[in-house]
Amino acid sequence: MIPPSAGDQTEMTKPEPSIQPQALNPAKPRSAHSGTGHGITLEKLNAYYGSQHAIKDVSIKFLANQVTALIGPSGSGKSTVVRCINRMHEEIPGARAEGRVLLDQEDVYGPKVDITAVRRVIGMVFQRPNPFPTMSIFDNVAAGLRLAGQRGNDMRERVHEAIRSVGLWDEVKDRLNSPGVGLSGGQQQRLCIARTVAVEPEVILMDEPASALDPISTLKIEELIDELKERYTIVIVTHNMQQAARVANSTVFMLDGEVIEHDETNKIFTNPSDERTERYVTGKFG
Amino acid sequence: MESSAAGAPHALLTAGPDARRRKAVNRFMEVVSTAAAVVAVAVLALVVISVVIKAAPAINLKFITSNPQVSPFGVNTGGIANSIVGSLILIGLATAMAVPVGILVAIYTTEFAGSRVSTTIRFALDILNGVPTIVTGVFVFGILVLGARQSGWAGAIALAIVELPIVARSAQEVLELVPNSLREAGLALGLRRWRIVLRIVLPTAVGGLITGSVLGVARVAGETAPLLLTSSVFSNLGVTTNPSQAMPNIPITIFTLSESAAPQDHAQAWAASLVLILFVLLLSVTARTFHERSRRRLRG
Amino acid sequence: MTASTATVAVRSGLADVRTKLSDRIGEPALRVVSGLAGLLAVALIIWIVYTILHDAHLAISKFGVGFIGSQVWNPNANNGVGSFGALPFIYGTLVSSFIALLIATPTAIAIAIYLTELAPQVVRRPVAILVELLAAIPSVILGLWGILILGPFLGNHLEPFLKSFLGWIPLFSGTPSPYGMLNAALILTIMTVPIVTAISREVFETTPGELKEGAYALGATRWEMVRMVILPVGRPGVVGAVILGLGRAFGEAIAVTQVIGNATQIKASLFAPAGTLAAQIANEYQSANPGLGQSALIYLAGILLVISIIVNVIARLYVRRVRVR
Repeated sequence: MIPPSAGDQTEMTKPEPSIQPQALNPAKPRSAHSGTGHGITLEKLNAYYGSQHAIKDVSIKFLANQVTALIGPSGSGKSTVVRCINRMHEEIPGARAEGRVLLDQEDVYGPKVDITAVRRVIGMVFQRPNPFPTMSIFDNVAAGLRLAGQRGNDMRERVHEAIRSVGLWDEVKDRLNSPGVGLSGGQQQRLCIARTVAVEPEVILMDEPASALDPISTLKIEELIDELKERYTIVIVTHNMQQAARVANSTVFMLDGEVIEHDETNKIFTNPSDERTERYVTGKFG
Repeated sequence: MESSAAGAPHALLTAGPDARRRKAVNRFMEVVSTAAAVVAVAVLALVVISVVIKAAPAINLKFITSNPQVSPFGVNTGGIANSIVGSLILIGLATAMAVPVGILVAIYTTEFAGSRVSTTIRFALDILNGVPTIVTGVFVFGILVLGARQSGWAGAIALAIVELPIVARSAQEVLELVPNSLREAGLALGLRRWRIVLRIVLPTAVGGLITGSVLGVARVAGETAPLLLTSSVFSNLGVTTNPSQAMPNIPITIFTLSESAAPQDHAQAWAASLVLILFVLLLSVTARTFHERSRRRLRG
Repeated sequence: MTASTATVAVRSGLADVRTKLSDRIGEPALRVVSGLAGLLAVALIIWIVYTILHDAHLAISKFGVGFIGSQVWNPNANNGVGSFGALPFIYGTLVSSFIALLIATPTAIAIAIYLTELAPQVVRRPVAILVELLAAIPSVILGLWGILILGPFLGNHLEPFLKSFLGWIPLFSGTPSPYGMLNAALILTIMTVPIVTAISREVFETTPGELKEGAYALGATRWEMVRMVILPVGRPGVVGAVILGLGRAFGEAIAVTQVIGNATQIKASLFAPAGTLAAQIANEYQSANPGLGQSALIYLAGILLVISIIVNVIARLYVRRVRVR
């Protein structure tokens, strides 16, 4: 359980340990079924929107079965980095990426790689909950499974399991056929997470998943992330530094498309190496 | 999934068993969609090119500038000068009626009317737009021709009724795009509403109003059904400028020639079609392009 | 138009704070005149309905509602008085329009998808304009093309071909003919594709990007995304577009009368000549006997008017606001 952080903006002005790293759980012993997780390594990643050079020579190692947070001011490129990992970046007209994104040893941009397989293995949760409006709760969670050709009781079981794993089961078990958009914001986001985990990815990318939600829903999402990292590698973009402190094992600070610092969350917030990091985490800009 | 996780990462990124099928279906749908677009454009080209080719033997300056002559055997020779003049007069009269009324309706609904009245008027315009043009012809026939005779006025009024909703709706769109801040600036300067409309709103929107009207003209230039009952029986073969008689016009001329069995008539029909289609398509393309540009400029 | 121009406009007004005479006249004048225009718009439609019903009264009182179910259309029956019925034309209107929409709808949706998802950016606007230009072709010219080019092709090539393969179906039995239901349906298809395409394209363009991303992030191919997101979300709009296209097809008189053969009997075969409400009016108005004959034609017009108003009202439920093309 992650107790809500007592930290708020005023406490951040001092560079001392003002943000209690209560959220840093020591690495839990890996349970047998998670096996070896899969990490993501970015090697000299560059991304462009047309001629605009948005991401510059970014190299990051996201460790398996851990939560890594990407923080930084708006426009620093955090979302772009994450969208390059599951190759969503190239869906934007005129956008392209260069460099390597390795899932373990395999480059996601390799010539023989099937994009739809990439996105099944690397899932994504978006800032605003986006359940498919014409589909029921069940159909939403089943959407990815149906794409992969799954049918019948086996598929139904997976759907139920996914809904259970995000803690939504009790709230929706009696209305699985009602529209997905009929849920509250926080429930919708958990629904989207259930949709993502139903296809059993290895990595989950989260782009500011709680920023559109109320504080209680945010808390539930953060608890969920803490549980999910048992089975998945998680990369979370957040503009909320307390959130990063609560959920992330390690944190990456980005500025103007470059990685400035990447270290244990604890260290980033209490004793950052780079001056720019310090200025950001103490609230002097951004 | 977990069991394969311990194996080579290769396996994770390779395509699933039915990935090839999904890719094939995707490709197939892409081809189908593109083909549909190609077919549509091809049909357009086919029709236009047919008209051009078939009109070639009969189209020349004489055709446009001389009046029809019927030979002793009842075959049409000569040209369509009277139809061209007649059409221009009919379109001109119709537009002179429809454009001011259309713009006034648009002014009323966007500047003065409350929302319920506005909705009612828009609803009426939508229905008016959906009335089949032959029914419009029957209507004008009923009020003007029955008990009297066909006339250019009747034809022009029928065309005006068809043109009105088009002009009104496009004018409404354009007026609504004029930013409210301009109106408010006028109010703040102490202008009354009517001056604001005439001196600020209309000049701002004038580009869109013109192109919207041109779209209306392009539409009625090609309308045959409204004229069929109101201005289709011409008493002489010369140029008429008197709207109290039925006026010759291009659409009816094409229609009549198309129903004939004589190949010479067909050739004339094609030639007249070329004149009409060029007129309509050129007006349409110009109006649409500039209309889009005006709207975009207003949206800012 | 900037504030400076507005200032010029008001300069004369600011000089005198009392309401100028021109303002006292101008303001109500514009209101009244434009209000009258609005009234005219509403009055027109009421007047049209009234006039049609009034002029059809003779036929309505003579044949009543049974007119709609009667198959007999004979101006010379009963010693020239005439016996009339609308059923063959209602049948023809429905069949020709429905076939047209059957072909036009998937085509239009495919074109709209092409324009919103597949086409390279530079190609989108030109192709969209070209498709809309199909609707700008005057119907009399399409009819001419239908008589002289499509007709012979159907009569000599397509229809015999269809008959040889599918002739056991009543629809494709009968003698191939250049004029008939099939010709009319194809011409109507050409006319309705642009309408349905244009509205569908607008509807598809408003699909929220985040839903499309959600589908892609699950590993959907583009077609799967279209199937999961664009089509279901856009369904109400497309339905409205189809209904509007249907309304257009119902009302087309000229091109249809040129190619459909203007028969007054119901035949099963698509190759056979047929008739529609609009085409029959166009076809017979000139030769109709004043009195009952004319009134019967106007009765047809009344039926057509009622159908088109209903269609328009229903379409409005689905398509809130249709942009003027």
